[in-house]
Amino acid sequence: MDLFETFFNLEVLARSFPMLLKGLWLTLELGAASILAGLVLGLGLCMMRLYSVRPVQILTRIYIDVFRSIPLLVLLIIVYYALPFVGVRLSPFASAMTALTMVSGAYTAEIFRSGIEAIPKGQFEAAAALGLGHRQTMVDVILPQSIRMVIPPLTNNSINVVKDTALASVVAMPDLLKQATQAQALAANPSPLIGAAAIYLAFLLPLVLLVSRLERRLNRGKA
Amino acid sequence: MPGYISIRNLQKYYGHYHALRGIDLEIARGEVVCVVGPSGSGKSTLIRCINRLEDFSTESAIHVDGVPVLPGANLAKVRAEVGMVFQSFNLFPHLTVRQNIMLAPRRVRGTTKAAAAAQADQLLARVGLASQAEKYPSGLSGGQQQRVAIARALAMEPQVLLFDEPTSALDPEMVGEVLDVMRDLAQTGVTMVVVTHEMGFARQVADRVIFMDGGEVIESAPPDAFFSAPRETRTRNFLHAVLDH
Repeated sequence: MDLFETFFNLEVLARSFPMLLKGLWLTLELGAASILAGLVLGLGLCMMRLYSVRPVQILTRIYIDVFRSIPLLVLLIIVYYALPFVGVRLSPFASAMTALTMVSGAYTAEIFRSGIEAIPKGQFEAAAALGLGHRQTMVDVILPQSIRMVIPPLTNNSINVVKDTALASVVAMPDLLKQATQAQALAANPSPLIGAAAIYLAFLLPLVLLVSRLERRLNRGKA
Repeated sequence: MPGYISIRNLQKYYGHYHALRGIDLEIARGEVVCVVGPSGSGKSTLIRCINRLEDFSTESAIHVDGVPVLPGANLAKVRAEVGMVFQSFNLFPHLTVRQNIMLAPRRVRGTTKAAAAAQADQLLARVGLASQAEKYPSGLSGGQQQRVAIARALAMEPQVLLFDEPTSALDPEMVGEVLDVMRDLAQTGVTMVVVTHEMGFARQVADRVIFMDGGEVIESAPPDAFFSAPRETRTRNFLHAVLDH
């Protein structure tokens, strides 16, 4: 068996392709759901971290720091295998989404915070001087400016979330990677893994390039 | 009799630094007051206290039209009546010129979109920028941006306008266009408090000139008396330094 037949076996690839597509669909669903939930959680955490009463600020900060430090795989195993002991039994999809969202929310909160803190103080003062309340200031003045700034780092985070969905295969969720390893076992040939890698690349490489372009454009605006 | 703006024993600390040392000031409705003095004298801090962009200690009291300027629900109400123009313009860069002016009337006063747009265009015409409504602030010169900022403040139909060194960040050739707009405003009967280094403007437009130094009001007089016969030595030294160049 040569390298080509082992890793790039077209016949095996073709046979496993329907399985991979099913996995891809689940990967995208999990990725999109976790990214969206992470955005909502992150914005909430960010507001609590910046504008709530002191004790809540401290708790939020602890949450953010802990969930940025904990390896996702460990968190996933805790959610899926440990929570049932306290009566919380989540499906593989719900476990994976919970773990991904908790971590993505922590990162997203920090990204939003950097975006808000980058807005000059004069913008807050101008809004206050016009009689806008805190909520109106955020919604109409600060966040629209922050969001443009944080699109590149948010996209980066989204790429990470999609890649991390692969970890869901350890809780028996039939995502792209899990389907590929199963197809690999069935065919006794690792070509499906290469197929999965190609699919990940096809989806994520354009996003990586998009981030670079956005960053260049934002930097040009600054100069 | 308390003034339209009444400032009693205004004390302000930055940590241990005593920035304002017990200012008492009464400003009448419709009065145009120019505040002058060396940098670090506390004049910007003073007017930033009037709409409470700066906090001040509890022993102090500021009233605008009888309403105490305290944190809480009343503050937004006071701020809606007190317009402010900043040294660095502080226009909202993601909004067009027209949208900058429309935002506060729409959100704070609940003005309809059509009415706010019509008002914005009227104000832009008044500051000589009728053709710039669709532009973004970054496409305007400094002088134009500051005139938009004035229009934005006027859109709330404020009773009081605070100007915090409105021409200090401008290239010299643009100072005149902003001062002209302010001169017109002074005729309209709106109460104005202007922190400025433009002595010519203070002399021509002010009803009263206030000289501050070291966090205190040193002298307060009508412009003629202030510029031709200052009573205090510190005022004389300051005027000597700024006018003899």
